[in-house]
Amino acid sequence: MIFSRTLLRQHSVLPGFDLALGFTVFYLSLIVLIPLSAAFLRTTELTWPAFVEVVTSPRVVASYKLTFGSSLLAAIVNAVFGLLVAWVLVRYHFFGKRIVDALVDLPFALPTAVAGITLTGLFANNGWFGQYLEPLGVKVAFAPAGVFVAMTFIGLPFVVRTVQPILEDLASELEEAAATLGASRLQTFRKVILPIVLPALLTGFALAFARALGEYGSIIFIAGNMPMISEITPLLIITKLEQYDYAGATAIAVVMLMMSFVLLLAINALQAWTRKRQGK
Amino acid sequence: MSATAAIPGAPTPIAPRSLAGATKEPAWVRWLLIGIALAFLAVFLFVPLFFVFFEAFKKGFDVYLAAIWEPDALSAVRLTLLAAAIAVPLNLVFGVAAAWAIAKFDFRGKSVVLTLIDLPFSVSPVISGLIYVLVFGLQGWFGEWLRDHDLKVIFAVPGIVLATIFVTFPFVARELIPLMQAQGQEQEEAARVLGASGWQVFFKVTLPNVKWALLYGVILCNARAMGEFGAVSVVSGHIRGETNTLPLHIEILYNEYQSTAAFAVASLLASLALVTLVLKYIVERRVQREMAQAKDVGAAA
Repeated sequence: MIFSRTLLRQHSVLPGFDLALGFTVFYLSLIVLIPLSAAFLRTTELTWPAFVEVVTSPRVVASYKLTFGSSLLAAIVNAVFGLLVAWVLVRYHFFGKRIVDALVDLPFALPTAVAGITLTGLFANNGWFGQYLEPLGVKVAFAPAGVFVAMTFIGLPFVVRTVQPILEDLASELEEAAATLGASRLQTFRKVILPIVLPALLTGFALAFARALGEYGSIIFIAGNMPMISEITPLLIITKLEQYDYAGATAIAVVMLMMSFVLLLAINALQAWTRKRQGK
Repeated sequence: MSATAAIPGAPTPIAPRSLAGATKEPAWVRWLLIGIALAFLAVFLFVPLFFVFFEAFKKGFDVYLAAIWEPDALSAVRLTLLAAAIAVPLNLVFGVAAAWAIAKFDFRGKSVVLTLIDLPFSVSPVISGLIYVLVFGLQGWFGEWLRDHDLKVIFAVPGIVLATIFVTFPFVARELIPLMQAQGQEQEEAARVLGASGWQVFFKVTLPNVKWALLYGVILCNARAMGEFGAVSVVSGHIRGETNTLPLHIEILYNEYQSTAAFAVASLLASLALVTLVLKYIVERRVQREMAQAKDVGAAA
């Protein structure tokens, strides 16, 4: 009754609004809001200078650079190859296409710990890939490059799955019109197709980037976790926690949460843009 | 095309074949693009997937079985199943309640609730675990109270269940909400006017309309619940045979250089992932059909 009177915009013949919204808000508060607010409230136990000192100490800053840089690089690689994979899956026919299409979601379904030990095994210096990379001077496992490889794996489906439906809906008339007006295939792609898929491509890029920023499970196996060199920010939170430095762990967590929230807003804006472009 | 041809004096229409040629890449470009795409997927998907099973069975089937049929591994299986068995139904009930409130009613603050539901997806798994330590850990808000009452949440099963619930929180809700929004409330209102009770409306009208989307959400929710590592790792305390889930057990085996055993346990989770993908593939089409029907009805109304 309380909810109905204060929140409901119009009367409905359907029952259950109070129960449904009441349970939703209760469960949301219990599981998400109260625990998350704990992170922010616990940070207030630190003075501002102490907070700044924790979150700008050299080891933490080095971890930001690695986490941010690798996430960005992995997201860029995923944007390029994700667009290519989506294009190939929508436009071309080849043997086993449906299986390939279904397998694209593997990084969503495969537990990160499994991905972690598998990629480490493949890229270690005696592994299937590592043994060919090592003579070239490329060290992936137990090095910063490993962070990038793990992030690329876990972010792989995002761009494919956001771009694919847009390419499927693309009206062939547009390309035909461009062709009749004398555009080459490359020009058509650059000036007609790319602008249409751009919002979805950016959304996929941002989703992959956000996922990579917070990733932990697959990375800690392959990274080697050397302080200042191949230590990601989420791992620093765990390290602080294991030293019972709750305030320090929470301070770093708050910085990461702020980054995530900014990205969430950006992604929402990008998705709204995509919908607008699609006229839905 | 024929309409253009009928107009006298119009430019000669381009033959369809040459137009098809102009909107398609030459064969060599097509095969080059397919080749590059498949090479990329091979490095990051196909080979890793094969590698898990290759390593698991490298030393023969007996070694494989011994690694899985072992007390610590079995207790990890039990805990993983338990966590999923609690987290998935709770998030299912929540998803249905949230979708009912959001899709069937118009209320103030709806977009805020929608954003908050998605929040757990944008939080790092490590932080998902950390927040429960801050609330229930020894130095946490309820830490002393819990200790005085001899209750354990962190480094115990309840913490693992809570962390699992958090990371799988949005799955069912975010599948149901867009579908139920597209379906509108006309059918439910009609049933209500014809004298059905609220629960009758829900079970006989709403639920059959969304059953595939519901199943889809449950499949994704379950896969994540059984595979979560980061969040569970923070709250588990890694007590062998007690607070280890399957992903955590893999980590312990791997760090003890029992690589074959680690991959054997990993192959269980990889098989689960493959089953998930197959189910997802089957159900996805049905969900799309539900959505298309909802949009058709919406367009007709």
